[in-house]
Amino acid sequence: MAKITYNTYDNKTHSIDVQNGLTVMEGAVQNDIPGIDADCGGGMACATCHVYVNEEWLNKLPAKEDGEEDMLDMAFEPKQNSRLSCQLIVSDELDGLVVNIPSKQG
Amino acid sequence: MNKTDVLIIGAGPTGLFCAHQLGIIGLSCEIVDNLDKAGGQCIELYPDKPIYDIPAVPECTGEELTNNLLKQIKPFNVKFHLNQRVEELKKVQNRWHVKTSGKQEFDVASIVIAGGVGSFEPRKFPLKECENFEGSSLFYSIKDKSIFKDKTISIFGGGDSALDWAIELSNTSKVNLIHRRDGFSGAESSVQKVKELNDQGKLNLYTKYQIASVSGDKNINMVNIKHDEGETKELKTDYVLGFFGLIMQLGPILDWGLNIDKKTIKVNTENFETNIDGIFAIGDICAYPGKLKLILSGFHEGALAARGCFKYAKPDEKLRFEFTTTSKAAQERLGVKK
Repeated sequence: MAKITYNTYDNKTHSIDVQNGLTVMEGAVQNDIPGIDADCGGGMACATCHVYVNEEWLNKLPAKEDGEEDMLDMAFEPKQNSRLSCQLIVSDELDGLVVNIPSKQG
Repeated sequence: MNKTDVLIIGAGPTGLFCAHQLGIIGLSCEIVDNLDKAGGQCIELYPDKPIYDIPAVPECTGEELTNNLLKQIKPFNVKFHLNQRVEELKKVQNRWHVKTSGKQEFDVASIVIAGGVGSFEPRKFPLKECENFEGSSLFYSIKDKSIFKDKTISIFGGGDSALDWAIELSNTSKVNLIHRRDGFSGAESSVQKVKELNDQGKLNLYTKYQIASVSGDKNINMVNIKHDEGETKELKTDYVLGFFGLIMQLGPILDWGLNIDKKTIKVNTENFETNIDGIFAIGDICAYPGKLKLILSGFHEGALAARGCFKYAKPDEKLRFEFTTTSKAAQERLGVKK
């Protein structure tokens, strides 16, 4: 279990306990946090679960797999701290992670 | 006006198999899709990626699955209306009239929405002001490349479309290619070609830059780009092209009065009919307790929705359940020769 904080574009903060093994995307979708569309359902094929990771977490997260950066090219306003939340699998190590959800996904 | 029993919206695997099930029970159908080919997400998002959970098919790609489904529905001569999305819906007595963006009109007894997560549309620039120039000096696809001759074109993106067009247009136009990072997702050979052209001065490549603003009166004359480190550049340009792939949008279906929640349509699990009589929803777009977004679930939903359509198409007839192994009628419809 890890506490994940989702900051939404409307300046609201949602702190959720997400079970280990789920993805950060699933944590958002299952808890009705707005702004994560996840159109392809976690297949790294759509870039609509795009989040900005808080700087201090950037290097603590597992590295991007092949394809994630390519998909981020398609995301809405990608930045250097962009990740696809479907590729972030929750574990105890992610306890305290803060992600910011962009204004739009496309 | 195209008159048929059922209009299927979406030519993905679910829509295609539903067409098969309609054909088996003797109903006619036509299919509308916004892509230029059948296959839906299978063909657009993962044509080459293997799928391992189609029953009795240990492994196949999205493209193979699509081709096999097209082969399976061949006996029914289903008519496809591609490159267009459904726009208007009107109830006329007991039938539905539907209009598409391609000016096609349909008169049908029922509608099956197999629209996945929506119709595929180009992903656009995040800047609001880009809308003012869309269609005149800013494009997300190219229909007539002759307009770019001897002009300056700024192309954004790092995939195959961006690279291929940059290479091709560099023959007859001044091309700027702008991409957010040094890496590209397009084919390695195209990346090398672009770098060569850049070295030869036949194209200007700007990496780690993104669009910051566009300006101009009626048409764009300047695009501002911003580097990761904050530095900005002004590029004189006649046209701006953006190639960021496709995104799925529900579009006008949202206004049809359907029971929609989180981009999905609520249905019953008896025949996958929506809150509106005669309109069914199957595949990724439908929602019910326990829904799995699997292709196999879409097939099941399509089989039941097809039977649900029967009473609207043939109100005076009774549908009998039959197997294709033994049903003479089904085999005739399939064109089986004994």
